[in-house]
Amino acid sequence: MAQRIDRTPVREQDPAVRAHNFEEVCYGFSVEEARREASRCLHCKNPRCVTACPVSIDIPGFIAEVNNGDFKAAAAVIAKDSSLPAVCGRVCPQETQCEGSCVLGVKGESVAIGKLERFVADYNRENPSEESAKADIPSNGKKVAVVGSGPAGLACAGDLAKKGYDVTIFEALHRPGGVLEYGIPEFRLPKDKVVKYEIDQIRKLGVKIETDVIIGRTLTIDSLFDKEGFQAVFIGSGAGLPRFMNIPGENLNGVFSANEFLTRNNLMKAFRTGAPTPIRAGAKAVVVGGGNVAMDAARTALRLGADTTIVYRRTEVELPARREEVHHAKEEGIKFEMLTNPVEILGDENGWVRGIRCIKMELGEPDASGRRSPIPIPGSEFDIETETVIMALGTSPNPLIVRTTEGLETNRRGCLVATEEGATTREGVFAGGDAVSGAATVILAMGAGRKGAVAIDNYLSSK
Amino acid sequence: MFKILSKTMLTPNICAMDVKAPRVAAAAKPGQFLIVRTGEDGERIPLTISDYDNEKGSVTIVTQGIGASTSAILDLEVGDCFQDVAGPLGNPSDFMAMSKEELAGERYVFLAGGVGTAPVYPQAKWLHENGIPVDVIIGARNKDLLIYADKMKEVCDNLYLCTDDGSFGFHGLVTAQLEAVCAERGYTHMVAIGPMIMMKFATLTAKKLGLKATVSLNTLMVDGTGMCGACRVSIGGKMKFACVDGPEFNGYEVDFDEAMRRQRQYLPQEKEALERYKSQKAK
Repeated sequence: MAQRIDRTPVREQDPAVRAHNFEEVCYGFSVEEARREASRCLHCKNPRCVTACPVSIDIPGFIAEVNNGDFKAAAAVIAKDSSLPAVCGRVCPQETQCEGSCVLGVKGESVAIGKLERFVADYNRENPSEESAKADIPSNGKKVAVVGSGPAGLACAGDLAKKGYDVTIFEALHRPGGVLEYGIPEFRLPKDKVVKYEIDQIRKLGVKIETDVIIGRTLTIDSLFDKEGFQAVFIGSGAGLPRFMNIPGENLNGVFSANEFLTRNNLMKAFRTGAPTPIRAGAKAVVVGGGNVAMDAARTALRLGADTTIVYRRTEVELPARREEVHHAKEEGIKFEMLTNPVEILGDENGWVRGIRCIKMELGEPDASGRRSPIPIPGSEFDIETETVIMALGTSPNPLIVRTTEGLETNRRGCLVATEEGATTREGVFAGGDAVSGAATVILAMGAGRKGAVAIDNYLSSK
Repeated sequence: MFKILSKTMLTPNICAMDVKAPRVAAAAKPGQFLIVRTGEDGERIPLTISDYDNEKGSVTIVTQGIGASTSAILDLEVGDCFQDVAGPLGNPSDFMAMSKEELAGERYVFLAGGVGTAPVYPQAKWLHENGIPVDVIIGARNKDLLIYADKMKEVCDNLYLCTDDGSFGFHGLVTAQLEAVCAERGYTHMVAIGPMIMMKFATLTAKKLGLKATVSLNTLMVDGTGMCGACRVSIGGKMKFACVDGPEFNGYEVDFDEAMRRQRQYLPQEKEALERYKSQKAK
């Protein structure tokens, strides 16, 4: 057995410095650090990390190549199952997936699989090889349309292109990437360096991406079949509709959905001086919610100069955000008001936010989700002074496609009804990602996209 | 990239452009809007669709130079391209979903304010072509700001022109003109498109006259597809998104004061951006 060595720490930008910029927080491993960390892998006979990975990457396989110093071979191993390694190495919740299942984690610390994946992707991007021009994939002449260029759509399109399908992705916004572009901030996921590069790699497989096409408006699902000649459609349109709380004051000036705040900042680059799209964080900001989106919104508001507080109705243990994000947010100086729930947003005489009235909560019996449900403590209301309120309460699927497509069923939450394989209630129409599951993670959407690709391949092969 | 096929200055600060966007042109219906961007970092600007030609594959947009981004649109010339044209967005006008029977007996009057006159055109045209009586009242501050008068004449039964300063046509607001002719013309339904304040008073006048009232809300927007909620408005006390639930709403249910306040959220930044744009242009 290899000698036990401690998990290799990863270098990060100083919290006091990064609280004022949008540069990436984490620097990633150097070659030496990566090889050292890779040497920790035990190469289990039945690697539980692979089972825990939604796209089943051969994790011990790529780590072995890193250990050997053959980073190109490592990339090739990952590429068999993932087309977005630099993205996933940065934003996957490894602690509950691959790393959460790592045997080393039982008694000590798991292998830093995410950071190794990121290293492999970054190394190969920064050191491109001559022969990286993709071998020509023979076309099978079958056309597939993919709706949405987020993680689900990209994964589905990439896999189908590798099988020879003629794939076109339709994206509603002006830049492809979905949540990778509009949702996740630059300091966690650099746009031009990482997202654009990995999408370009998918383009090199022959995938076409048409931006500015809103399926349900510009074209319909039916017209994709009837007029545009597609033989199958994959819907990966995500969950883009923001939720609000239905409390008084939500339409005051200075109240944003996290989607709006992050879209202005990330997609429209409002953080840059002189950007045509404005943003306003104010001197003080309150973010409502406890997920990754809440952390992203809070850390963005902080970087724009606001003294920022996160308000969450349960305790820190129940925060749905990744530990790493909570830890980073705290390091940067974000304040947390736990067991606290807003009841009203307070406005001044001109209709601008001046504060938020909250009530203290306590945890009662576990609810359907197994988490103890928060109950308000009567008479415990208190006010927090703030100029900005950002609602990060989750999102629902956009109803645009369903409303304009006959025979496409949804459930009570507005999510598309689909089989485990991704088949919807309409023949030839498949779906996956947040549009089916409701808001989840990048990697789960990618997993669903890959399944959709398999289902579409089976469907069109049997026709 | 979306090429500009023609450009006509309607006033020194308002221009009409035909833009090549075949898919948008094929799908567009009266009442809908689109979003354009100029340049790689451009703001997403919602503009109403004032006409569409499926054969030429073009849409007509009318822009008034107000802030930096709309001024940048006015500076584009024939042959230049928009970085992006996305649409059509929003729901088509309510009457598009009504049956012939439902429409029979309706007499529409459109109140068009300033640049809001442009989106009235395809709506009046559709009604006119379908044999529904339709009148249009166009209002502007002065004679030089009146647009679309000749075009509109072709697609309505009666056209009334008003100016605030009396430099042309009826001396007064569109609401006063409406009151003056409503009884005689026997209107049943008022549709107002223009500045928020004008739509507020148009609705109040419609109420006084016992007309149904429809307004088309030009709120702030980012994506225009229901994603951001910047466009949210209170309709009958409920939160709605102008981009996906509208842009048309029953005027009686709109909280106009809130809508006007929300429109002003970025006023200081917009002023700054305009100054920056002007000084860059001067260089």
